[in-house]
Amino acid sequence: MPSEFTVRVNGALVSVSAGATVAVAMVIAGQPCRNSVMGEPRGPLCGMGICFECRAVVNGIPHSRTCQLLCEPDMEVKTDE
Amino acid sequence: MNNYSREQFDVLVVGGGPAGIAAAVRAAESGVRVGVVDENVVPGGQIWRGGPSEGPHSSDASSWLLRLKKAGVIVLCGKRVFHHPEAGVIMAEGLDDVWELSYRNLVLATGARERFLPFPGWTLPNVMGAGGLQALVKSGLPAQGKRVVVAGTGPLLLAVAAYLRQHGAEIPLICEQTSWRRLARFGMSLMSHPGKITQGLQLKRDIAGVPFEANSWIIAAHGEKALEGVTVSHAGRTGVIKCDYLACGFHLVPNTELAILLGCRTRNGYVQVNDLQQTTVEGILCAGEPTGIGGVDLALIEGQIAGLAATGRTSEAQALFPKRERFRRFARLLDATFCLRSELRSLPSPDTLICRCEDVPYSRLREHTSWRSAKLHTRCGMGPCQGRICGPATQFLFKWNPDSVRPPLFPARVELLAAQPQSIPEVTGEIQ
Amino acid sequence: MSKETYDVVIVGAGIVGAACADVFATRGLRVVVVDRDVVGSGATAAGMGHIVVMDDSDAQFALTNYSQRLWHELRPDLPEDVEYEQSGTIWVGADEEEMAEVHRKREYYQKRGVAVEVMDVCHLKEAEPNLRDGLAGGLLVPGDAVLYPPCAARFLITRAQQRGAKLRLGASVVQISEGSVRLSDGQEVAGGIIVNAAGANAAELTAGIDVKKRKGHLVITDRYPGFLRHQLVELGYLKSAHSVSRDSVAFNVQPRRTGQILIGSSRQYGAEHKEVDQVMLARMVRRAQEYMPALGSMSAVRVWTGFRAATPDKLPLIGPCPGYKSVFLATGHEGLGITTSLGTAKLLVDQVTGSKPEIAVEPYLPSRTAKEYAHA
Ligand SMILES: Cc1cc2nc3c(=O)[nH]c(=O)nc-3n(C[C@H](O)[C@H](O)[C@H](O)COP(=O)(O)OP(=O)(O)OC[C@H]3O[C@@H](n4cnc5c(N)ncnc54)[C@H](O)[C@@H]3O)c2cc1C
Ligand SMILES: Cc1cc2nc3c(=O)[nH]c(=O)nc-3n(C[C@H](O)[C@H](O)[C@H](O)COP(=O)(O)OP(=O)(O)OC[C@H]3O[C@@H](n4cnc5c(N)ncnc54)[C@H](O)[C@@H]3O)c2cc1C
Ligand code: FES
Repeated sequence: MPSEFTVRVNGALVSVSAGATVAVAMVIAGQPCRNSVMGEPRGPLCGMGICFECRAVVNGIPHSRTCQLLCEPDMEVKTDE
Repeated sequence: MNNYSREQFDVLVVGGGPAGIAAAVRAAESGVRVGVVDENVVPGGQIWRGGPSEGPHSSDASSWLLRLKKAGVIVLCGKRVFHHPEAGVIMAEGLDDVWELSYRNLVLATGARERFLPFPGWTLPNVMGAGGLQALVKSGLPAQGKRVVVAGTGPLLLAVAAYLRQHGAEIPLICEQTSWRRLARFGMSLMSHPGKITQGLQLKRDIAGVPFEANSWIIAAHGEKALEGVTVSHAGRTGVIKCDYLACGFHLVPNTELAILLGCRTRNGYVQVNDLQQTTVEGILCAGEPTGIGGVDLALIEGQIAGLAATGRTSEAQALFPKRERFRRFARLLDATFCLRSELRSLPSPDTLICRCEDVPYSRLREHTSWRSAKLHTRCGMGPCQGRICGPATQFLFKWNPDSVRPPLFPARVELLAAQPQSIPEVTGEIQ
Repeated sequence: MSKETYDVVIVGAGIVGAACADVFATRGLRVVVVDRDVVGSGATAAGMGHIVVMDDSDAQFALTNYSQRLWHELRPDLPEDVEYEQSGTIWVGADEEEMAEVHRKREYYQKRGVAVEVMDVCHLKEAEPNLRDGLAGGLLVPGDAVLYPPCAARFLITRAQQRGAKLRLGASVVQISEGSVRLSDGQEVAGGIIVNAAGANAAELTAGIDVKKRKGHLVITDRYPGFLRHQLVELGYLKSAHSVSRDSVAFNVQPRRTGQILIGSSRQYGAEHKEVDQVMLARMVRRAQEYMPALGSMSAVRVWTGFRAATPDKLPLIGPCPGYKSVFLATGHEGLGITTSLGTAKLLVDQVTGSKPEIAVEPYLPSRTAKEYAHA
């Protein structure tokens, strides 16, 4: 894997270093990971797989915990609605 | 189901933090088959997860990680234990695999998580845990040039502030809710823990010049779509500070859910163990934070005792008791110093969300008299975090006691619940 | 210790006790509801909340159909958190044999004025694209609904309280006797009549009634809005649920308003403990995956169990308790108590007040079983 590569977050390209989690890519992109039940934007809270606030759609799979998932080149990430 | 694997161990350790590593290393000295399962991609737990190069414990970290490598322990990383389908068996889920792990002895070293307390605005993006933000930076989030307010309570705040600063962040303020009086008493008591002093001095150097306030806490976080600033209360006065991130955690809560699922008794929220770190369930031991929040040194000692006890080396275990007692005193000191002040109970406003998974506001919870009642009627704690965030918060806010624990321990793929344990094939003896 | 006195003492604040409290209070009686736990915490917390018309027997049909009508009438008053949704049921036919059952059922329902629609396989696929290929068709019952039982129970209790009923939670009844109940702290609560609505625990309080625990498992997933639209039940369910002695599982899935999916169901006798039984759970989940393979990769948030109060003829016990003058039963609702709670309450109050019930009460009178057992 290259040391720097891009992933797509809600359509926009974000550059990350190898080893970065998907949650990191979303925070860098300034995009919420999910919209809550009442529609509030949410981002990571615990960073350790406990709170489930960082759930997003990763390569089409909803409710993926992005803080526990490493970025891969050309990953497609979207806010979980 | 794809990628279904079975493994059998004499000693199986859940959790690859300091306690788990120490337990596995000591158990493996007896030549028995030892496994460690941890949900993170690398062993190390909360403190060593960034690799051995980080933080004030680096020498300890590298020596223990090296010992783990050399001990012939089977390390299963990226697998989260989610189920206990029958006696002597637990199941772990990976990204695309599932493991049925059976054991003679089980050591629970599941560590702790941060406690979060609700205040207006705490659900805004970029309001994170103190350890939470640290974990994100460890996994690649640039901190360079960011303004980060660090708040809450506990020794973690200083460690995080120091870490963030090393990574280029600007820390306009550290807010510690406890009083100067308590901190002073804590400082005095540290005299009897020389190791802690050196760690403390190192930290102090790392955060020299960073404003630190005791008797101080966040009363609100502001922002349109994400955090823009916070209102801080300090000694009866309030002020607004602009920032990019808020790193806010209120000390730690033990991860006791697996122990409870396995039937181990708890006392005052911690897993009950005897001198040899044995729980009330035969063959199950527990070490590290779940038996009491005591930090890395206590975790290492307890882990060793558990590893030795699990392999019948009782007298060697006993030799470590005095050391453990010293670190336990430190744990009690932590508890006393960083206990939560009652003002924090009045922070939520009626519309502040308490359950973040299900968006349940404070006003709806107030009507209830127990966690179970609130859960059934408001869905509080029914979301995917299964009450791990709002449970400790409501325990503090309303003095509610948590409910029973049911599988899956963490949300898991539906198909994994259909797995049926079979008789385990003979041990292959293959060590990875 | 002073003795409190009421017209009606209801033991149990599950959906059945709650519905009874609501109806008795509406008729102007002074009511107290006593529960050892919180409102709706027994089977009511465990149930699926499917409001369904069933035709195992004419009597079952009559009670479920009557009760469903009452739910429809109540609908405008139900608060948001009851999550009442008329999603309809599709009885799924896997093969020609089950399609024969679809047609039989259609005829039975239509004759009695319940709207139904037979679906061929294309229709079925269109309505529920996530069902597996190769099924034969189904029967749509559009009037069936789904709700969230604990909040429904709470709504009924709250309404009863507004009408003067009292609620005593955290009070365990240790004995029911003529005209009074005794609590674990020794206190007595007296009533002109006592209603045993203690669900699967009812037999512990009034001896001699045949109510057994029938354990069930359920799984709930994270939110997947749009994945499932109707409650789906396999028709093979009839084969398995009919058996009153063997453990069984069936494909039975429910869309929640939240977008979550509730996956059921299992039936098990003789299992007294609440712990999840891995063998039953595995069988149940496999059955669900056979019908809906995509369920497998969904995130399961929680698994739980509950106890249905089962009677030998699968009909509830509504009416005077044999051997007592002032004690009445409202239990034995097996897997239909959420649905039939409203009908149960009406039939009970009619008996107590001597009003004419809207449907015949005889099939549900507790005395029937006493007779039947004498013959058996
Ligand atoms: C977020 C956070 C940040 C921290 N940062 C610092 C710091 O900077 N400096 C400092 O001195 N101390 C820090 N601490 C405290 C420090 O982690 C502890 O003192 C020490 O690591 C305790 O060791 P342990 O082995 O008991 O637990 P941990 O190190 O927490 O190890 C427990 C391990 O078990 C794993 N686990 C838990 N449940 C399961 C399961 N079901 N399946 C699989 N794996 C599981 C966890 O993921 C974790 O890797 C931090 C604690 C937390 C919670
Ligand atoms: C898995 C499962 C799925 C189901 N799905 C459906 C469905 O889809 N549709 C449907 O209509 N029905 C369904 N049911 C059935 C339905 O849940 C029950 O029939 C219904 O909840 C029964 O209500 P109840 O009030 O009689 O009993 P419960 O809800 O059990 O209430 C009894 C109450 O009595 C209290 N109590 C017991 N003993 C004492 C005592 N000694 N002192 C004081 N209080 C006492 C308990 O605390 C409890 O609150 C299902 C049941 C299960 C288990
Ligand atoms: S940030 Fe909490 S689970 Fe990912």
